[in-house]
Amino acid sequence: MNIVVLVKQVPDTWSERKLSGSDHTLDRASADAVLDEINERAVEEALLAKEAHGGEVTAVCMGPERANEAIRKALSMGADKAVHLQDEGLHGSDAVATARALAAAIGTVESVDLVVAGNESTDGRSGAVPAMLAELLGWAQLTHARKVTSDGSAVTVERETDAGVATVEANLPAVVSVTEKINEPRYPSFKGIMAAKKKPVSVLSLADAGIDAGAVGLANAGSQVVSSAPAPPKEAGQKVTDEGNGGVQVVEFLSGQKLV
Amino acid sequence: MSEVLVLADHAGGEVKKVTHELLTAARRLGDPAAVVVGTSGAGEKVAASVNTSGAATVYAAESDEVDDYLVTPAVDVLAALVERTSPAAVLIPASVDGKEIAGRLAVRLGSGLLSEVVDLDSAGVASHSLFGGSYEATATVATGTPVISVLPGSVEVASAEGAAAVEAVEVPAQDAATAARVTARQPVEAGDRPELTEANVVVSGGRGVGSAESFAVVEKLADSLGAAVGASRAAVDSGYYPHQFQVGQTGKTVSPQLYLALGISGAIQHRAGMQTSKTIVAVNKDAEAPIFEIADFGVVGDLFQVAPQLTEEIGKRQG
Ligand SMILES: Cc1cc2nc3c(=O)[nH]c(=O)nc-3n(C[C@H](O)[C@H](O)[C@H](O)COP(=O)(O)OP(=O)(O)OC[C@H]3O[C@@H](n4cnc5c(N)ncnc54)[C@H](O)[C@@H]3O)c2cc1C
Ligand SMILES: Nc1ncnc2c1ncn2[C@@H]1O[C@H](COP(=O)(O)O)[C@@H](O)[C@H]1O
Repeated sequence: MNIVVLVKQVPDTWSERKLSGSDHTLDRASADAVLDEINERAVEEALLAKEAHGGEVTAVCMGPERANEAIRKALSMGADKAVHLQDEGLHGSDAVATARALAAAIGTVESVDLVVAGNESTDGRSGAVPAMLAELLGWAQLTHARKVTSDGSAVTVERETDAGVATVEANLPAVVSVTEKINEPRYPSFKGIMAAKKKPVSVLSLADAGIDAGAVGLANAGSQVVSSAPAPPKEAGQKVTDEGNGGVQVVEFLSGQKLV
Repeated sequence: MSEVLVLADHAGGEVKKVTHELLTAARRLGDPAAVVVGTSGAGEKVAASVNTSGAATVYAAESDEVDDYLVTPAVDVLAALVERTSPAAVLIPASVDGKEIAGRLAVRLGSGLLSEVVDLDSAGVASHSLFGGSYEATATVATGTPVISVLPGSVEVASAEGAAAVEAVEVPAQDAATAARVTARQPVEAGDRPELTEANVVVSGGRGVGSAESFAVVEKLADSLGAAVGASRAAVDSGYYPHQFQVGQTGKTVSPQLYLALGISGAIQHRAGMQTSKTIVAVNKDAEAPIFEIADFGVVGDLFQVAPQLTEEIGKRQG
């Protein structure tokens, strides 16, 4: 079973995240960049599927040059090879263009049976790239999976949302996205880290992937950011130490605010 | 004026509050029309509710098949309606399903997509809250019919009369070979509490609650306030409370009038899901806990002392 796992490099949620003042795109210099935690889980799930059915795991990533650190992480966990779509022209692409570009990048990988992604990235939070990919590839979408099983020709997931849990089945090829409760990702071993250095990473430009430069990037985005600014910081209010009447004090505060 | 299509969020015709919020926002852009994708009878039921939110038309796309497939029936219905009515915009609740429907629809229409919008003005300028409420931006759609997902709880409902005239529309047949089929569903027990993203008051517990049994303390306080219950990721991962109640970066975003945090340290990823709450109250043993940096009222103390007293005191006031 040949599996593509989609990995994205994002600003660490522990660091201060912002947009750049000049063009309202993500300020990548201001924060530490990491492989999005949800994508570590996606890699883990892809590796488990490979361990069960054989085949290859290819990590696919769209992002600037430094995103190769995220790719290395996926390779050191055990992915076999990677495709890095990297082109100045992609800067500022919106979610729709990102999905189109990723679909093209997936198209360069031979006989893909399964695409595994995170359900939602921590920076953009569009939570829609996997569904959009299914639309573009014409494949089934089995998203928000807390459990994935496959017999090599079909795939079944438990989809967990607000509405509850649904069991969903489809024939391969298909697109799966995983939730953060699906597994605990493995740590790269020392051997894995050494081996990753020798694994093939094919770096593709827009032209290499056959993507029309007029369909991606900031200038061609279907949506345009007009303004951006840090939110006014929330200030700390009153703080008391409980001396036996803490609950009463909270009620007094709430009553003063007309909240009870 | 052109129509604005609003995808109704409902369960078997029972309308969720977010539907009224979206219809309220839609009125700023044009004539709102609710789109109901559901099984037989759902359209009439929704119509009987959305006439108070100014819906002029209710497009009822009913079929026995809709529950057997994920997301695509709604995408197909909306795409056909956009083609037919050339609306000013399509508004969709930014729920798990809604965000996926919006994404696929934007791809199919070649439209610009705005995701998780928290406000929308009459010129179509949308407000976003980014990075867990620490950043704000405004954006517009540059290409095609705007497809906009709106975060539940962010628009205040204003009522207006609407004819809510029901018009039946087709649900295109799904392609069983390439679609994902839903073979079983275990719905969540609705319970008596309000939904997390719709609630005016949310009471959340963290690792400090210590066990699943002890979450009763959190629930009792929530019930005294008519609140929803939330949980930190540490509480969910420790098995104290179910996943769908997680608040934060990778959980729900809530913005209630009042948020009460019990035994939650206030890590940046938790704050990302609740820091836009109007009033925040925190109870934590540790005076240095970061949650106090954003709390309007903080109590340094044991939640097992403070919360029960609080519950009792509220009970007394309600007499
Ligand atoms: C990518 C990523 C995404 C994440 N997403 C989320 C998310 O969506 N939501 C989320 O919540 N977290 C998220 N986290 C995790 C986050 O970093 C924290 O680990 C988590 O929020 C901690 O939960 P907590 O405050 O309950 O636990 P802790 O940090 O362990 O805090 C427990 C608190 O309880 C207090 N306490 C203990 N006993 C008592 C008592 N008897 N009375 C009063 N106080 C007491 C302690 O003083 C302490 O402050 C994410 C992390 C990452 C890296
Ligand atoms: N630039 C990207 N490169 C690789 N994968 C991505 C990219 N953007 C999104 N994805 C994948 O899509 C998932 C959901 O992202 P999103 O829809 O942006 O919230 C992520 O967890 C990734 O698996």
